[in-house]
Order: sequence, then C-alpha cells, then structure tokens
Amino acid sequence: MLYLQLFLSFFKIGLFGFGGGLAILSLIQHEVLAYGWLTEQQFVDIVAISQVTPGPIGINCATYVGYSATGSVWGSVLATGAMVLPGLIIMLAVCKVYQVLTARFADNRYFQNTLRYLRFAVLGLIAAAALLLITPATFIDNWSVVLFAAVFVFTILPQLIHPKQPVGKKIIDTLSHPILLIMLAGLAGYFIYR
Amino acid sequence: MLLQLFWTYLKVGTFTLGGGYAMLPLIQREVVDYRKWIDETEFLNMIALAQAAPGLIAVNSAIFIGYQVGARSVRSSCQGRRSARMYPYLAVASAVLGAVLPSFVIILAIAMVFSTYSGLPAVEAVMKGVRPAVVALIAAPLLRMATKANTPKPFREGGVLLLSWSLTAALLIWLAKVSPVYIIVATIILALVSTWVGGKVKTK
Repeated sequence: MLYLQLFLSFFKIGLFGFGGGLAILSLIQHEVLAYGWLTEQQFVDIVAISQVTPGPIGINCATYVGYSATGSVWGSVLATGAMVLPGLIIMLAVCKVYQVLTARFADNRYFQNTLRYLRFAVLGLIAAAALLLITPATFIDNWSVVLFAAVFVFTILPQLIHPKQPVGKKIIDTLSHPILLIMLAGLAGYFIYR
Repeated sequence: MLLQLFWTYLKVGTFTLGGGYAMLPLIQREVVDYRKWIDETEFLNMIALAQAAPGLIAVNSAIFIGYQVGARSVRSSCQGRRSARMYPYLAVASAVLGAVLPSFVIILAIAMVFSTYSGLPAVEAVMKGVRPAVVALIAAPLLRMATKANTPKPFREGGVLLLSWSLTAALLIWLAKVSPVYIIVATIILALVSTWVGGKVKTK
C-alpha cells in the first residue's frame, strides 16, 4: 500500500512537473508533507543536500523520500522510476513526432519558422536561467565575481583565440571544458572560504 | 554506441550541480562538440522540446539524444533486423540510466548514512566557489548559440527582431516570473501567425 502511494505520488509529480528543477519543488513539498513521509525540517534538509550533490533536484528528492519512507532501497528505485516514467512516455512520443515532422516538412515554411522562433525563445530561457541564479546566495563577495569572470573568459576562449597548430587547439579545448572549470572553481572555493 | 551514450550521460550527471539548466553546457560540450551526435541548431530544438514536455529537462534531453542517436545508427547499419526496431529504445534507456544513476547512488548513500543533514564546512566552501562558476557556464555560450539559432538559410530574415523576442522572454521569466512553458506556447503561436502574415504580404 505504501509502495503504491509512493508510486502514484511521484508519477503525479513527474506528470505535472513542467519546467523541472525548482519549479517541481513546491509540488514535491505538497505531496510529501501531505502523506507525512518527511517532516518540514527534513524537506529543507533534502533541498540543501540536492544543491550540493550532482543531478536533478527532482531525482534527488525522489530517491531520498523513497528510502526514508520505506527504509528500503526498493522504495528509492520505485519513487525514482515513477518520477521519470511520465516524462519518458511523453518525450518518446514527442521524439517520434519530431522525427516524422522534420522528415516530411523539411521545406514547410510554417514548421521551419516555428522551430526557428523556438530556438530564439530558448536563448531567452537560458539567459533567464543565468539571470535567476544571480542572487546574494550565489554571489556572496568579490571572489564570486572574480570566479564568474574567469570561468566566463575560459569558456569563450575557443572563440577568442584560434591557434594554428593542432596542439594549441587541443590545449584551448581542454582549458575550456566545463568539467575542468567546475572542479577548478570548487578547488578555488575550498582555499578561499575554508 | 550504447556504452558511449551511457558513459557520456554518466559524466554529465556526475558533474551537474544544481540540475536543469546547469546541465546544458556539459551536454553541449559532450554531445555537440565532442561526439557530434547532433548539431547546435538541433541542440536548441531539443531544449525547446525538453522544456515543453513534462518532466526533468536533464532526463528529457537524455531521451531525445538517445532516440536520435539510436534511430540514426539503425538507419546506417543493421536495417531490417528485428533487433533494429528496439535499438532506439535501448539507446534511450542507457542515456537515461546514465543521467539518473550518479544522483541516485549519492543520495541513497546520504539517506542511509545521515538521518539529518549537517553542513560540512569543507563542502560548503567548495560550493561557494562552484556556484558563480555555474552561472558563467550557462551564460557564456549564449553568443555562439545566437548565431546558430538563425538557420536554415531560406527562412532567415528578421533575426534582429527575433533576438528582441529572446530578450523579452528572458525578462518575462526573470522579472515577471512567467513560466517557461507559457513562453514556448506563445512562441509557437507567434511563429505561426507571423509566417501566415508574412506569406500574405509577399503574395500581394
């Protein structure tokens, strides 16, 4: 019974969780607190944990709640699976439709223009995601600004410098890799703020 | 190919802190620049679809890439075989599993060890460094993307006007807290209407 409730709750969150990430949080909060699977304090904790661990917040919450509600790994598997399932079904259908449409309407003005407009809207969405993260919690002091500027410059390095030798190109490419930049920023943070 | 998909998304899943849009620069790097599975224009199409469908953007993008890559490699190699029909779904499964697994394992470990979270000062210090870096990673590729958004060629008039729509969308989400889903719906309507009006003007 508990497992069924868990499945239904997270299926619902997955189905209505448009926009992902923080938009999903209020939905999870409502479901989880209504069933008493977590206390208010535990919920705040899991949000904090989600922010220092990798992965989407929705998945983190589902995994955590699944375990703490049932005390078993299978609760985690079930809740996480239920969370992913609705998106999986709908997104697969979207992919199929997209594939058929791109093949059939390759020269259709309406279809191509809609895609082009959507691409510009997405630029706006990404810009908004960056703007929403510029908060006092993210930029705590001048060091934050320095780290931001450094990572920004390193990321656009391949567009700024075009070395002729393949070795130089390789070095630039490696230096601008997001994984390396995240690790370096973390290391810098450790030495600045510890 | 299945292993490559799994490995790529495992990397993306492991190094994404903050979820959602923070994942995009990594996906772009691995999938567009390195593996060349899709091009930058398709990448932007993907984000629009991933945003418009319910569910997590990171997982949705894993589904899209897995499906595209799977379907394409079927067309190029083992046509006609029965296993070929299942291949895109296997590709989707390996990408999604790769994207979900890192956070699943880590959170499970945390849930089992701590009953309540006590902020470790070392972890908090590292995160203070990472947070502004993530903002830069999201913002920096925007210029490059803007040049790629305006394709294909026959339909490319009015790029500046469209850029102002990008700006409007950003401001609406940022300041007025409009849901991105409404922006996507509005964009589709806007595109259809303006294509219709544009066609009318030309025929006159």
